[in-house]
Amino acid sequence: MSVPLAPARPTRPSPTRLSLVVRDSRTMLRRNLLHARRYPSLTLNLLLTPVVLLLLFVYVFGGVMSAGIGGAGRSDYVAYIVPGVLMLTVGGTVIGAAVSVATDMNEGVIARFRTMAIHRGSVLVGHVVGSVLQCVAGVVVVGAVAVAIGFRSTDATAVEWLAAFGLLVMFALALTWIAVGMGLASPNAEAAANSAQPLVLLPLISSAFIPADTMPGWFQPIAEYQPFTPAIETLRGLLLGTGIGHNGWLAVAWCVGLTALGYRWSTAQFSRDPE
Amino acid sequence: MTDLAIAANGLRKSYGDKAVLDGVDLAVAEGTIFALLGPNGAGKTTAVKILSTLVSPDPASGEIRVGGHDLAADPQAVRAAIGVTGQFSAVDGLITGEENMLLMADLHHLPRKEGRRVAAGLLERFDLVEAAKKPASTYSGGMKRRLDIAMTLVGDPRIIFLDEPTTGLDPRSRHTMWQIIRELVTGGVTVFLTTQYLEEADQLAHRIAVLDGGRIAAEGTAEELKRLIPGGHVRLRFSDPAAYRSAASALGEVTGDDEALALRIPSDGSQRELRSVLDRLDRVGVEADELTVHTPDLDDVFFALTGGAGLPHQSKESVR
Repeated sequence: MSVPLAPARPTRPSPTRLSLVVRDSRTMLRRNLLHARRYPSLTLNLLLTPVVLLLLFVYVFGGVMSAGIGGAGRSDYVAYIVPGVLMLTVGGTVIGAAVSVATDMNEGVIARFRTMAIHRGSVLVGHVVGSVLQCVAGVVVVGAVAVAIGFRSTDATAVEWLAAFGLLVMFALALTWIAVGMGLASPNAEAAANSAQPLVLLPLISSAFIPADTMPGWFQPIAEYQPFTPAIETLRGLLLGTGIGHNGWLAVAWCVGLTALGYRWSTAQFSRDPE
Repeated sequence: MTDLAIAANGLRKSYGDKAVLDGVDLAVAEGTIFALLGPNGAGKTTAVKILSTLVSPDPASGEIRVGGHDLAADPQAVRAAIGVTGQFSAVDGLITGEENMLLMADLHHLPRKEGRRVAAGLLERFDLVEAAKKPASTYSGGMKRRLDIAMTLVGDPRIIFLDEPTTGLDPRSRHTMWQIIRELVTGGVTVFLTTQYLEEADQLAHRIAVLDGGRIAAEGTAEELKRLIPGGHVRLRFSDPAAYRSAASALGEVTGDDEALALRIPSDGSQRELRSVLDRLDRVGVEADELTVHTPDLDDVFFALTGGAGLPHQSKESVR
């Protein structure tokens, strides 16, 4: 991990600001991944929700749902819900980030970090990058389950695959910064888990499981413009070739907006004097 | 001012309308142990938090320099010069002791090999080799505190803040900690420690400041502080009330405790004064059952300065 870029010399070269930021962030990332590896139960529990929902909706409700969206059978419905479940996986995984940030802030070691000559933001960056990596791992696991029960994305080109991956990472980054903000605002882990709950509930009122235009009229605008629906529609379009339309730009705008908001909120909270 | 490791003028901090620190001046010479002594809630921890850049002082505070750097202008330079061990253990409980040490080495940007060497050396020095591969959350209080200090030392800081380093430790761990602190200073490090134990300040510190209600009530060496407070006396205890009464009348200027049958004679504890007391008792043919010489200790100072009750006026002054 810490392979020196230049041959080791007895006197340490004075590092530039950027290399310091990268180095400290990498150290913090390693710490967070160590936590996740040593205590995987949190991550695994959070993965359970999307997998159970996927199996439930395909095998229990699948027949009816498929007819509802005008499909020919269960396999049509598998194709329909997988993009939504992948986004839901992201929403569920970032709850872990909120919980681990809140837990961390109650640890004395954070006070130690604050009194060290390190890049201050590296504590948060370590959490954020760690959470995005966990999201990617989660998406891979849930995606594998989807493929196992018959999901196929054979029409997509390599560029579309890449774009789909990029969208998932951007969405994970955006939700993670929001979750980190929630974690910082929470007095303890339980409160953080509660306040981050909407991130896994929002997909249920998006177009993840049923098309937004089948919802009650007054509710449609909410379902259509909340962050999950454009992201899911875009992912669906990239993987299955359905129409994306304005959802692509909307999804990117949500990602950029939420990232900026979450970043500002988190760093403002973290730079405040601790109690 | 170059030989001062810490220099603070008019340190102030309020939370809401409660002034925790109300104009504290501190001067700590390089290579010495300085103890900030005070009861709970006196503001000791707040002082450490400010001097270690964890929280910012009120704008009304004067200049604060730590390790020669201005705290407000260049906190990062201050951080590079200091090491902090807080009151609540600052170790990462989820990872092992060794991983904690390597984490510190990485954050101090030590090359990998040097980091491993420093970590191994400190684990050895603080008797943590056996526990190195276990999660820090499983450590005992004393072990956690040792790991905490070992982590603080990774960066080879010139100034070390120890906030109540022995609170909650058993007597053996406490003595180990004292030994560690003494060793630090022989290496030229400056130690700023807070404590509520007078014995600890007396044992370790070159200079002591007594903090009470956000102000320095007195400052000086342990000896200077003890001299501030009259309190030396000889205590005589009797079992026979008749002997107690005749001793009281023979000695004249004494305070008596009729219930305990004990007399308290002001004395500096010198051989001459003791002899005169014993001579006078001999003359009336009385023998005390117990004789104790009490020289003023920091306890007397502490209670006199921080209690507020019946303290002599001049003792509010600092002796420098």
